[in-house]
Amino acid sequence: MKKKSNPGHPPPSSGKALSGIEGFDEITRGGLPRGRSTLITGGPGSGKTVFSLQTLANGIRLFHEPAIFVAFEENSKRIMANASTFGWDLQKLVPGKLFFLDAQPSPDLIQAGDFDLNGMLAILDAKVRAMGARRIVFDSLDMLLNLLDTATQQREANRLNEWIMKKEITAILTGKVEQEAGNNTGQYQNTFMPFMTDAVVELNHRIVDGVSQRVLRLKKFRGSSFSENESPYVIGSRGFEVAEVSSFMANAVKVTKERVSSGVERLDTMLGGGYYRGASILITGAPGTAKSTLSGAFTQAACARGERALFVSFDSAPAEIIRNLESVNIRLKRYERSGQLRLVAARAGSFNSEIHYLRIKNLAQEHQARCLVVDPISALGKQGNELTSQNVLERLLDWTKAVGITLVCTSLLGGNAPEAEGSAMQISTNVDTWIHLNYLVRAGERNRALTIVKSRGTGHSNQVRELVLKDSGISLTDVYTVGGEVFMGTMRWEKEEAALSDKKIQEALAVRKLTSLKLAEAELEVRAKAVQVELEATRQEKAFLAVSDRQTVTDSADRVSQVRLLRGADRFPKGRQRRPGSKP
Amino acid sequence: MKTNGNFIFKLYVTGEAPNSIRAIGNLNDLCRDHLAGHHEIEIVDLLRDPQKALVDEVLLTPTLVKLSPKPVRKIIGNLNDMAAVLKAIGLEAFRNEK
Repeated sequence: MKKKSNPGHPPPSSGKALSGIEGFDEITRGGLPRGRSTLITGGPGSGKTVFSLQTLANGIRLFHEPAIFVAFEENSKRIMANASTFGWDLQKLVPGKLFFLDAQPSPDLIQAGDFDLNGMLAILDAKVRAMGARRIVFDSLDMLLNLLDTATQQREANRLNEWIMKKEITAILTGKVEQEAGNNTGQYQNTFMPFMTDAVVELNHRIVDGVSQRVLRLKKFRGSSFSENESPYVIGSRGFEVAEVSSFMANAVKVTKERVSSGVERLDTMLGGGYYRGASILITGAPGTAKSTLSGAFTQAACARGERALFVSFDSAPAEIIRNLESVNIRLKRYERSGQLRLVAARAGSFNSEIHYLRIKNLAQEHQARCLVVDPISALGKQGNELTSQNVLERLLDWTKAVGITLVCTSLLGGNAPEAEGSAMQISTNVDTWIHLNYLVRAGERNRALTIVKSRGTGHSNQVRELVLKDSGISLTDVYTVGGEVFMGTMRWEKEEAALSDKKIQEALAVRKLTSLKLAEAELEVRAKAVQVELEATRQEKAFLAVSDRQTVTDSADRVSQVRLLRGADRFPKGRQRRPGSKP
Repeated sequence: MKTNGNFIFKLYVTGEAPNSIRAIGNLNDLCRDHLAGHHEIEIVDLLRDPQKALVDEVLLTPTLVKLSPKPVRKIIGNLNDMAAVLKAIGLEAFRNEK
């Protein structure tokens, strides 16, 4: 008779029944012991009833398992009203699937002697059979057991447990824990119930530095391994949620090579094309270094691509964010109006980090955001949250990665050597891309410098760039480096200007030099011509000289002979004249 | 207190459970000792008729309901504590008058 009411839904794990409560099924590796009893202990307001009711509602909604809620403490009307605040439509589930048994002992009930649970079990027996119930909650059994002496309590608790096992119905028993001066020590006064039940879940509520911290711990789970550590949980707008264990998320990560723009063109170039889709980006920097502005640029780029975005600010109200970003030509108003962008302002101190995380997560899911900005993420690590915030941040990163949301978060961090200081809550080791903004102060000016400290899986520029905010938008400018020194702002401008005029002078000088060289050349050419002419003249003179010299010699010889002739002294001219006279 | 009206009792039990047997015995004793026949007893066995318990909002067994005379009183337990039972159903006063 137990199996007939389970239409086509094989149990996910043979021995376990999924609670459908986020995180809890991971810790228990599959949910509550199926067909057995689970004891949940906790102080007032620890969420025992919410947990129980949620398990039933999920059982009906997700696994088609009808359920019975035995209410010893509150009447069903109040429980239904409470449930409706979590958005569970119990009214809709009620016909035939969820049955409330109002079992509050009447205030004017008179007790005269020993009693037992046989009557109640007879009624439940009939109900289970009629509706095919697979899950049941007794909230809280203490109310009833307290009417009995200890020996009888144990007898009746055993009777109930045996009934549960016989019916093979998945049962949750809640147990109250006395609150002690603000801090709940978690000691359940009933000593035999924890031994009797198959699983024991402890809900603890403590105040750390004035901030409420709730943790859940699985104390016992017969025949199953489970996570023994404390897990933070919250009772949020959608009910009970337990912080899931990070290691279970690792396999779910979607890896993509798709890039999304940072919203600043040159930053995209520095990153080799932008951020990776689904990556987590941390922007650190001193106050006023334009961390929010960079986040805004990213948001605008996302909206411009037609993607849905969520911007969570712990600093400013939505209207302020829009106004401030407009001053650097980042216009988000239209996207907010169209519903594509959701801007949410939160106050860091108002909740613990766990609640902030779940709120952000729920908002992002609700809004179906593909891009998420948390500004600043360091707000989660404020007072009293140091213990859990690291864990919360890891989970936020894991979660966004698992669902493929690109996360940009900012963190306050001064100084020029971010890698030495590490950022708030050590988040920097977990993020994919880390951009650091800082001020360089020189010559009475403060200028913003941007460095990419790391960027996993992308080649990235090692250059320091100057981040310039103008009416027209954000831009990155090359810094001016001279002799190992970095110049920014006015100094950069001056240096650039100086270099520019230097260049002009050099050019003018070159022109002048060229001209003078040309002049020299021309002069030389002229001189060369003159020399040539002179050379010619000299040659001619030389030639003339040679001619006139020979003439002189001939002339003189002739003259001698002529003189001789004239004198008639010697009749024999040289050579020829001698021949006839060779015979002496 | 006048007793021209009978005492009307409804006793909810679960089969042969020890507490149920004891409650029936105790109620019979009480009626015999203090009411001398001026009473009606209806015994409801929840094992046979669980629906009735839902309607009457009785969950624990045994439960004795005094329907008449008014006011209606609900007493849980096997009725071993006779003094408490008598006080609850207003028989103490009745007995003293006698």
